[in-house]
Amino acid sequence: MDPMMPPPVRRIAVDRDPYVAPPRPIANGSAPAPPTTAVSARLHAARPAAAHVRERMSVESVWLAYGDNWVVRDVSLPVRQGEVLAMIGASGSGKTTLLRSLNRLTEITAGAARSGQITLDGQDIHELEVNDLRRRVTMVFQQPNPFPMSIFDNVAYALAERPARGGRRRRRSPEIEHAVSDALHRAGLYDEVAGDLERSALRLSGGQQQRLCIARALAAEPEVLLLDEPCSALDPISTATIEELIVQLRESVAIVIVTHNLQQAFRVADHVAFMHLGELVEYGTSEQVFDRPSAQRTRDYISGAFG
Amino acid sequence: MPTVELAPAPPSGSAIARAPRERTASWPLVDRIGYWLCWAVGIGLCLLALAIVLYMFVKGISYLRPSLFVESPASSVKQSQSGGFLDPIVGTLIVATIGIAIAMPAGVAIATWLSEYRRPSWLARAVESAIEMIAGVPSVVLAIFGLIIFAQPFLGFLSETDASGTVSGKSFFTAGAVMAVLALPLIVASTREGLTQLSDRLREASFALGRTPATTIRRVLLPAIRPDIASGTVLGLGRIIGDTAIINIVLGLTVTNEGVGHAPLISTLRGTGSTLTSYIYTNSPAGEGSAPQKAYAAAFVLLMVVLGLNGIVTLLTRSSGERDRGLLSRAFRLIPYMPDLSR
Repeated sequence: MDPMMPPPVRRIAVDRDPYVAPPRPIANGSAPAPPTTAVSARLHAARPAAAHVRERMSVESVWLAYGDNWVVRDVSLPVRQGEVLAMIGASGSGKTTLLRSLNRLTEITAGAARSGQITLDGQDIHELEVNDLRRRVTMVFQQPNPFPMSIFDNVAYALAERPARGGRRRRRSPEIEHAVSDALHRAGLYDEVAGDLERSALRLSGGQQQRLCIARALAAEPEVLLLDEPCSALDPISTATIEELIVQLRESVAIVIVTHNLQQAFRVADHVAFMHLGELVEYGTSEQVFDRPSAQRTRDYISGAFG
Repeated sequence: MPTVELAPAPPSGSAIARAPRERTASWPLVDRIGYWLCWAVGIGLCLLALAIVLYMFVKGISYLRPSLFVESPASSVKQSQSGGFLDPIVGTLIVATIGIAIAMPAGVAIATWLSEYRRPSWLARAVESAIEMIAGVPSVVLAIFGLIIFAQPFLGFLSETDASGTVSGKSFFTAGAVMAVLALPLIVASTREGLTQLSDRLREASFALGRTPATTIRRVLLPAIRPDIASGTVLGLGRIIGDTAIINIVLGLTVTNEGVGHAPLISTLRGTGSTLTSYIYTNSPAGEGSAPQKAYAAAFVLLMVVLGLNGIVTLLTRSSGERDRGLLSRAFRLIPYMPDLSR
């Protein structure tokens, strides 16, 4: 390639949408009943589309392995700000591994290997300083994992390094207090905890803890927010609160969510990627994947034939 | 009259069948002997502990006088003129402070490195073996080794150098340093245990926010295991306070704390002295035997200090919800504010 040429970072354009992998022949080829679309269409229509959509990350021909076991095989995807990308698939389909590779969290696992390219705003993420990358692409995990410290300290921990070193007094500067309350507001937690920010974060309920983790992830002012099954440990009410939050947040930050819950994927996602055994089987808008899936395996999965 | 339907009453009397009490009569003879031996040993141990506490309590209380806490000991064959044990109490405090001041940071650092970095792995294994070995070495062996080290001329500033230029190697500084080695394995073990039991989710959460391992350790992991560090430290403290061999050999075993030089605090630390354990040893019938009653009183004080420390360990390790109440635990909250060398 001509070295003067810029790297082909926009290779995956919107017009390649939907991406459909060649389907594998399936033994019992009985066509499942198409999913009911009336209710889902109504739910979806109630949500206004984001004002502007732009691509932040791009995953190109990525292969990921633990040891000799390739768990993600040749996946290409765009991640766009202004929309929510949901990754669905059965256990062991590689969706969490792919998610963790977006901020190089796979690297803390011994024996992890990779191939292909992931870019953030056109830059290869493996050329970025890893901690800078992880501040720009933060993550919320399946289990709420607040630090054993106060609510305030949990959020303040994620803020960018303070310019001057100092003790407790400096940690309470007005800018930091403002940033913390702002993050708590964005995560929809502020009104519930404003009374006592010095309370231990471990005394919050599970749903509050998870929203605290989201606040913490937002406090770093990320460009991309990764959510790894954020509601799987929560009750339906907390789940609804967080789903609402996700839909609101997509305006300011690109969101990727891994979920086992197909209804949830449908409720929050603009685009859906269906993965199976490490391969990206289908990628398209939420309506395309749920209402008009083009691959047989997708049809089987969303109708509950497996997974 | 309307009939009131009563809830069924719980069964009573012979209607209740309980699991029969286990009888050993049907057991093989060997099992029966073992069973009764366990009982005997357990009861014997309880009686022994009770006897020690009661005996020291009765003996100690009867000889304990307020004046003993404020008078310096004096060399005298007559018990009435041999003074109190102010100097040994001060000596115990000094040795414990120096020992912990060295052992706590070093132990936490070693444990953190072993648990979080472990690179190169051969070095980590070597350090583990070294810690285990130190934990098994009798304190008297540590003491004579320490004396050899600190009698080197270039370490003369820590103790007294006599007219002929010989370095004694005996002082509060040197005894405290050897005591630190004694306490180190306990602190390392306790800190490692705490770090191992912390969930990897905490580390992941911190890494996912773009924090370095060093920041994660300093601001998340170490504060989270404060109770473990504290209990290891208190155990180490108990070990230091209770040791006699190192005091006898490395502290010089003088009747009062003898300063060296003229600098106010430094002179005491460079000088020799005694602690409660060595005081008990020298005054009991086993030592010079000149003041057995005061030895009993000192032993009582020592026992109370050690029991108090045990109580602190129990408090620190028991209630996880109210961890921050204890004074020691509060002191460990300063850990996040230590200077971060990685930046």
